[in-house]
Amino acid sequence: MTQNTRIPFHRDPAVRAIAAQVVALLLVIYGLYSVFENTVNNLVARGMQTGTGFFDEVAPFKIGFSPFLDFSLGETTYLEVFFIGIQNTILIAVLGIIAATLLGFFVGVVRLSPNWLASRAALGYIEMFRNTPLLLQIMFWNFAVFLPSLPAPKNSIEMGFVYLNARGIHVPTPVVEDSTGLWIWMALLMALCIGLYRFARLAKARFEETGERLPVFWINILGFLAGGYVLYFVAGSPLGWDTPELGRFNFKGGGQLPLPMFSLWFALTVYTSAFIAENVRAGIQSVSHGQTEAAHALGLSRKDTVNLVVIPQALRVIIPPTISQYLNLTKNSSLAVAVGFEEIVALWAGITLNQTGQALIIIAMTIAVYECLSLFTSAVLNWYNRRVQLTER
Amino acid sequence: MTDQNSQFVPIPDRPAPATTVGPVAWIRDNLFGSVSSSLTTLLFLYLFFTYVPLFIDWAILSANWTGSDRSVCDANREGACWTFIGVRLEQILFGLYFGSNPDQVWRPVTVFIVFFALLIPLMMERTPYKKWLALTLLIPFPVLFYVLIHGGSFGIPVADTTQWGGFLLTFALAFVGILFALPLGILLALGRRSDMPVIRAICVTYIEFWRGTPLITILFMASVMLPLFFPAGVEFDKVVRAMIGITLFQSAYTAEAVRGGLSAIPKGQYEAAMALGLGYWRRTAFIILPQALKISIPSIVNTFIALFKDTSLVSIIGLLDLLNMAQTASRSLEWNGYDMEGYLFAGFIFWMFCYGMSRYSQNLERKLDTDRRH
Amino acid sequence: MTTDAPTASAELGETVINIDRLNKWYGQFHVLKDIDLNVKRGERIVICGPSGSGKSTLIRCINRLESHQEGTITVDGIELTEDTKHINDIRREVGMVFQHFNLFPHLTVLENCTLAPIWVRKTAKKEAEEIAMRYLERVKIPEQANKYPGQLSGGQQQRVAIARSLCMNPRVMLFDEPTSALDPEMIAEVLDVMVGLAEDGMTMLCVTHEMGFARKVANRVIFMDGGQIVEQNEPEAFFNNPQNERTQLFLSQILQH
Repeated sequence: MTQNTRIPFHRDPAVRAIAAQVVALLLVIYGLYSVFENTVNNLVARGMQTGTGFFDEVAPFKIGFSPFLDFSLGETTYLEVFFIGIQNTILIAVLGIIAATLLGFFVGVVRLSPNWLASRAALGYIEMFRNTPLLLQIMFWNFAVFLPSLPAPKNSIEMGFVYLNARGIHVPTPVVEDSTGLWIWMALLMALCIGLYRFARLAKARFEETGERLPVFWINILGFLAGGYVLYFVAGSPLGWDTPELGRFNFKGGGQLPLPMFSLWFALTVYTSAFIAENVRAGIQSVSHGQTEAAHALGLSRKDTVNLVVIPQALRVIIPPTISQYLNLTKNSSLAVAVGFEEIVALWAGITLNQTGQALIIIAMTIAVYECLSLFTSAVLNWYNRRVQLTER
Repeated sequence: MTDQNSQFVPIPDRPAPATTVGPVAWIRDNLFGSVSSSLTTLLFLYLFFTYVPLFIDWAILSANWTGSDRSVCDANREGACWTFIGVRLEQILFGLYFGSNPDQVWRPVTVFIVFFALLIPLMMERTPYKKWLALTLLIPFPVLFYVLIHGGSFGIPVADTTQWGGFLLTFALAFVGILFALPLGILLALGRRSDMPVIRAICVTYIEFWRGTPLITILFMASVMLPLFFPAGVEFDKVVRAMIGITLFQSAYTAEAVRGGLSAIPKGQYEAAMALGLGYWRRTAFIILPQALKISIPSIVNTFIALFKDTSLVSIIGLLDLLNMAQTASRSLEWNGYDMEGYLFAGFIFWMFCYGMSRYSQNLERKLDTDRRH
Repeated sequence: MTTDAPTASAELGETVINIDRLNKWYGQFHVLKDIDLNVKRGERIVICGPSGSGKSTLIRCINRLESHQEGTITVDGIELTEDTKHINDIRREVGMVFQHFNLFPHLTVLENCTLAPIWVRKTAKKEAEEIAMRYLERVKIPEQANKYPGQLSGGQQQRVAIARSLCMNPRVMLFDEPTSALDPEMIAEVLDVMVGLAEDGMTMLCVTHEMGFARKVANRVIFMDGGQIVEQNEPEAFFNNPQNERTQLFLSQILQH
């Protein structure tokens, strides 16, 4: 020691902090290393090889549902199976998110209805579905409700060109008959959208100048639907329909949404909507009574108060936990494995793992998919929170 | 002006006009407040009186309650077949081993009686010695559970973990999950709020890793890969593997719940503890954690509800928990076709526990809220 | 016992608000008892009384934030009933300032002020903004127009709330304890604005404990207790020579310090 005032090293907080962190880091590294070493030893001892070699092998099983990526038995490789799994996960997640959001907002608003019966019914719905395991609900709908109550393909329930039976829903799929016509239609639709956007801008300017309001939202929706329909014929009806037809045992042609997918979608929607409904209720109730009173005192109508004062404030409370629910729904879609819908866990960590035995790489890739989705969700959440903070303060 | 005082003569209270209070006014305000409200009421009454009697008839009035095999139920398909649940009750609640050894059923029954005898006073507001009750539940109770359920000592026949099933297994998974996840989660939460960047980074990575993955992939990993991670010769059975997976998973969620409590502690508490000359660990153990844990109990209970529901996922990796036991029973040769009853019964048990816990956590939250306001 | 209202000064105009035997209950709790009140154009009334005396409830009945069970309230010749059209017509002519400001936190100061003119009065946006700036200048905070309420002090927020009400060009202003939630140093800036309003001849009903303000601008002070009007008089007589024992007690309590 050169100076008397120097602190003994074991009492210097900076030294102690560094020491603690070094020790912690070494422990973690040692732990990870020993797991790695054990794994390698175990694999060698069992004569198992690990690697990505199986990616290019042809998958020897059939995938019943892959709407966008092509699947053909005997050609599709394991790597393609992986992407089909991701595709189906994203598909069921998107469908579930849309439906759960609509249903959740509806139930949440009904929960706050001044009508006692409606409010109690919504409460019952929320408490019932929030407090039972999702897996049980999926199996219940699939095995105890839909499967026994839906008829065999022969006796399908017919709704126009849509057929419903115990195997799923058969729907007509569009087939491009005239690809130039399709491009023309697409171009016309683009033009229509630009036109409607211009109209909305003009209507807003007019409102600001004269105070006259137009139902822009409804005009746009109607304009798009009607315009799109008319333009379809202008473009020469470029699409044909591949309709399902009953063969000897099953339907041929058209597209099929398998029953497990429908059950999974239904259960995910109902389960998640109960949580979203709670978020919606909490969000609306977080807007203080003083806010609506102030709006009423200014003479704003009930509808304007809700649209201009309550909803914008409630959404700031509702959106962050609802985004987390979206991530939960996506993660929960992995329960598809219980009913046999072919998403990433069922296809990759289930069938492919059983076929190839490549546990290490397969589980790692499955986890990586979900970690990416999770990181993406946190990025969206952070972006949203930062944006709200900017406008608030 | 003359200084003449007048007395204050209060106008006597009158009762509110009869049309604005009482049941009639309540019905008018809450059921027929407006045209749309009236229509809603009629719609709900219609739905209620159309479907609820049908359900009551199926589930209670026409249901089959007696008998010992499916012939009773097959003869009357108008009602639910509770006979099935009655016959398989021990199996669904306590698993195959206790289901087929009726003389051993006293073991799980004793365990659950002791558990509820400890838990119910703990959840009530004015129980003395709560700390001791909680400690009993956390340390001696698991020992009792192991001695009675696993057996092997005091002349009790062995029922090892592979023979656990039904609600007993669900309970064991959830209990082990919370028991080990709680201390781990507290350490992780402290680490995540630490000043040391390396410790913080380790904890954040750990927490976010487990939170980003669905439990089912973790269970797959635990059941397929866990044996690979340990030196040759270390063996776990399937139930222990699931318990390890569940504990790791749950510790991340518990950590986040505790972190919420830690960040709610005002800075003054830290400063006051430092001013008293307490070091980090004493400060944390005596001042900060007791307060933070109290605040975070509702969120810990909420993560526990989620875990309790999620234990049903072990049925996917082939364990016979409550859900899988009910399903297996309803697919057995003797009872094939009575899925609905099996799911409803298992669902009802899950619901009872989850709803009870969520009510408890809501009450606690409300109480904490008012405590802090005063 | 209600003493007769002082004879209105000659300058006061026609009746704006007439309340006749108003009774209100919360459940079975009788909060307002046989209230009679007549407000003339240009009158400035201060209502005071202990907490729980029903004074806030009374002025909240005037724009139907609370509904009453017996008696009638007539504002500008329109009687308040369940009819939502009448309620909206009245609310548009009656401005209100709250104890806790109740500014809309998601809108800027300017947007707070233009919201109602645009959506209720159908004023063009540009014109509404000009009017809003005029009133923001009047309450002396035009420079804060593009900030959010959360960025302002309590006093500034309350002045914005006053400007927001004024933008609707109301005939009557109701003040519900406008300074009770403010730090002492901010009370003066809000009271200054209110005095200015009074000098311009605005009809005002203020629930407040600011007795200095009452002396300075009110032409009538009303004392309420137990849901009834105990005494009302011109400020000079009210403060110097209260008639009722309750009034004396109340005044001695709040003027002690």
